[in-house]
Amino acid sequence: MIKEYKTIKEIASPLMIVDGVEGVTYDELGELELPNGQVRRCKVLEVEGNKAVVQLFESAQGINLAQTKVRFLGHPQQLAVSEDMLGRVFNGMGLPIDGGPEILPDAYMDINGLPMNPAARAYPAEFIQTGVSTIDGLNTLVRGQKLPIFSGSGLPHAALAAQIARQARVLGDNETFAVVFAAIGITFEESEYFINDFRRTGAIDRTVVFSNLANDPAVERIATPRMALTAAEYLAFEKDMQVLVILTDITNYAEALREVSAAKKEVPGRRGYPGYLYTDLATMYERAGRRQGKKGSITMIPILTMPEDDKTHPIPDLTGYITEGQIILSRDLHRKGIVPPVDVLPSLSRLKDKGIGVGKTREDHAGTMNQLFAAYSRGKDAKELMTILGEAALSEDDKLFAKFADEFERQYVSQGNTTNRSITETLDLGWQLLRILPRRELKRIKPEMIEKYMPKD
Amino acid sequence: MSGTITKVSGPLVVAEGLADANVSDVVRVGSQHLIGEILNMTGDKASIQVYEETSGLGPGAEVVTTGMPLSVELGPGMLDNIYDGIQRPLPEMRRISGDSISRGIDVPALDREKKWDFVPVAKPGDKVGPGDVLGTVQETTAILHKIMVPYGVTGEVVSVESGEHTVADVIAVVRDGRGAEHKVQMMQRWPVRIARPYERKYVPSRPMNSGQRIIDTLFPIAKGGTAAVPGPFGSGKTVVQHQLAKWSDVDIVIYIGCGERGNEMTDVLMEFPELKDPRNGEPLMKRTVLIANTSDMPVAAREASIYTGITIAEYFRDMGYDVAVLADSTSRWAEALREMSGRLEEMPGEEGYPAYLASRLAQFYERAGVVECLGSDERQGSVTAIGAVSPPGGDISEPVSQATMRIVKVFWALDSSLAYARHFPAINWLTSYSLYLDTLAPWYTESFGEGYMKNRERAMHILQEESELQEIVRLVGQDALSPNDRLTMETAKMIREDFLQQNAFVDEDAYSSYKKQFRLLDIVLHYDVLCREALEKGANMDALFAVDVREKIGRAKMADPKAFEEAYDAIDAQMKQEIEAVIAGGEDA
Repeated sequence: MIKEYKTIKEIASPLMIVDGVEGVTYDELGELELPNGQVRRCKVLEVEGNKAVVQLFESAQGINLAQTKVRFLGHPQQLAVSEDMLGRVFNGMGLPIDGGPEILPDAYMDINGLPMNPAARAYPAEFIQTGVSTIDGLNTLVRGQKLPIFSGSGLPHAALAAQIARQARVLGDNETFAVVFAAIGITFEESEYFINDFRRTGAIDRTVVFSNLANDPAVERIATPRMALTAAEYLAFEKDMQVLVILTDITNYAEALREVSAAKKEVPGRRGYPGYLYTDLATMYERAGRRQGKKGSITMIPILTMPEDDKTHPIPDLTGYITEGQIILSRDLHRKGIVPPVDVLPSLSRLKDKGIGVGKTREDHAGTMNQLFAAYSRGKDAKELMTILGEAALSEDDKLFAKFADEFERQYVSQGNTTNRSITETLDLGWQLLRILPRRELKRIKPEMIEKYMPKD
Repeated sequence: MSGTITKVSGPLVVAEGLADANVSDVVRVGSQHLIGEILNMTGDKASIQVYEETSGLGPGAEVVTTGMPLSVELGPGMLDNIYDGIQRPLPEMRRISGDSISRGIDVPALDREKKWDFVPVAKPGDKVGPGDVLGTVQETTAILHKIMVPYGVTGEVVSVESGEHTVADVIAVVRDGRGAEHKVQMMQRWPVRIARPYERKYVPSRPMNSGQRIIDTLFPIAKGGTAAVPGPFGSGKTVVQHQLAKWSDVDIVIYIGCGERGNEMTDVLMEFPELKDPRNGEPLMKRTVLIANTSDMPVAAREASIYTGITIAEYFRDMGYDVAVLADSTSRWAEALREMSGRLEEMPGEEGYPAYLASRLAQFYERAGVVECLGSDERQGSVTAIGAVSPPGGDISEPVSQATMRIVKVFWALDSSLAYARHFPAINWLTSYSLYLDTLAPWYTESFGEGYMKNRERAMHILQEESELQEIVRLVGQDALSPNDRLTMETAKMIREDFLQQNAFVDEDAYSSYKKQFRLLDIVLHYDVLCREALEKGANMDALFAVDVREKIGRAKMADPKAFEEAYDAIDAQMKQEIEAVIAGGEDA
């Protein structure tokens, strides 16, 4: 028996206080029924005695304190899941918006999920070939990893993410895959870019879209990524699929969180974001992974736009502390016309070491990767020196390194959005570039490897 | 004793009717019996931090106090195990609730069924006090677990068992002066927020060998010391912590994953059983206890995990072992503290952290140290505490880094620009420091002769000079430097690349013995000396820098750990010869 209350005491969007409630519990989902019959959703943030602090997921417009009815549903927010979700489009609250029929649910799942037992995790170690050299060769993605793209306003992160979604595959493997795409507060155009790309490649039939666009209620955004991850968990761990989750844009998510936190008058942490931003982000990101004894996996690519391209801003900063590396896009490279403009040096994949080498990619992978990084770093330093003092100030070696850095950007990084390079092509290209350097400088590679793989004219 | 919930706000629950409960009591909350701890009391109202997700909890639900503070169970069965922040065994929880951690699971920390072979040491009639060893259990192949008389029990041994027993069986009876008999089990309990007692504390004087060249040679840490590893994300904090957990010459390692990634714990769980301790050939997992409270697990238990870890460490210290506690990361612990403080509506200090942040951190690190343990055999044990710090944006002016720096004696500052250049470990040699150098120098001198510390000083001097010269180069270019300065730059580069850089993922390089470190640095510095002499004799600088042996020096760190000496002798000889050849050539020209 669900009770209805007409005792809303206060509304300060997005919060609402309901008085005289009984049996309401923390995190419970609620519904508001407006006098005109419209139904909106809310959830309990705090209960004290018979007073509940409730967060609205939609706008408070038109709510009348005396006439609006509130019902508490007795469970936290849930998502109806089924395999039929593939190929469908949902709004940020998990309701279908593509004109298709309602989903016949196989189960209802709590969108907050449960923390994964670290003893039940399987370590991600299967190499995913994305066909992008800067990722495959230098910041290798593995199945079950969470690897965000740190971008900035106006940078082509969407193109890179779509390229990865299009090209990613595990070598010698034909398991079923699925893409879960969550649009979090992005524009219609950006969202359409992805959906059109999925459509063009036929991936759309294996894609679940959750769409909260820029003009949808901001607070709803707090639920959207969790809806997407719940669907992903269902597909991966109940239906044995290899799921790639793309969440864009986490910055909008964090801002929605800040909005609610400010409304609750919480003590703010850095830049007004709540002190629990880290924990909150972690409960989403940590849902990626693999489990022992389960075939499926969740690989996650969250995208975030760094305000002012500042990597120390709380959103990229805290994300970087949780995720297993990051792919950073550079405005300088973008201006130079390098596509994709991946800033190789600060980019990182923490899980690469277990995903590369003999049996996964090739035995020379680790050594060449370290050498390319070190050489590019030195080359960039040399180029910087050159701009101040002129070329004459460089030693012979440094001139070679500067040349290497240029060629590296031009050939290795700038491959375009349609080139799909195999890992062998990527590694061989690396060797080609290393030929520019004197051999005695190749300290990071074992001599046997140099003998075996260095192209001999 | 039970009360009723009046308020729920995330992990904070307020309940009334608990007048008889004590501050810090553990309570069971609601119908699911979630585990919580009382933080504050006002009248009969208690503010409770709940260690599990509170979704679905509401006013009216029951709260029952256990009358006990948050405690850990200490006894055989902890090694080779992985616990959550409040010492629940995760493999056992997985058996009960599947791949996800569901709520209200009550599992004892130590297996009650498993039998251990107890070998008595004490005999009936022996006079014993706290800390005296009653007997031993071979807990893992690597570690002999000593069963000690618990704190507060003194008297005469009446009886002592032997053979197969569970941790809950009575293995000895001790009669005290008043004639009361105490039944002693292999297991004992200890409240985590109270340091375990010891006889006396000493100033640390032995180094902890980590096998990491930059640590052992430049910034050593003492056994019983404290260290912090701060760094922005991606600078390799976790790899440094893992390396220390793997190669440190301590008996026991307690690794606390506090609010960090789940996969990192999985990595340790998978890798450590495979890795062998370089000293005794046993799998590293046999000496390791893991505490995992990953970032998606409830935030309140994260606050407790640090204390759970250090209490277990103290227990092993009391047996006379050297223990290292690695906490990754103390910043996440501080954030948990901040979150609870915020919910308690306390007045915030800097950046929203509670005003007691610094004192709590100090209390944690102060539990490290070298001690003479309780017990009549005057055995010594030590706890070394190493905490990772994750400063926002890598900026160490924030409160957690600053509070930590005031306490710890060793500071390994990780640097993102080194990490970008793939210089690992990315410990910056200019900003890091170790305050144990003076106390440890005699040990180094005694073990390896005067040369070790002299080489260290020389290397530090060259690195320091390099940073000054680099500024000149940036302004006017390399050509403005004298050949001697050019040589200093060249040697500094060799120290950085050929000595300090160490690859954790290559077997030959992951662990470097003291001897190997000493010889390797010696070669680089010898090169410097020879070249300086050669320059004085008018040798050609570029030719000196291009001698063939340089490539060999660059690969010298990869030499076989068992047979590096011959290889290094050969390099030294070749170096002399080639430099002499350059000098001779120079005179010809």
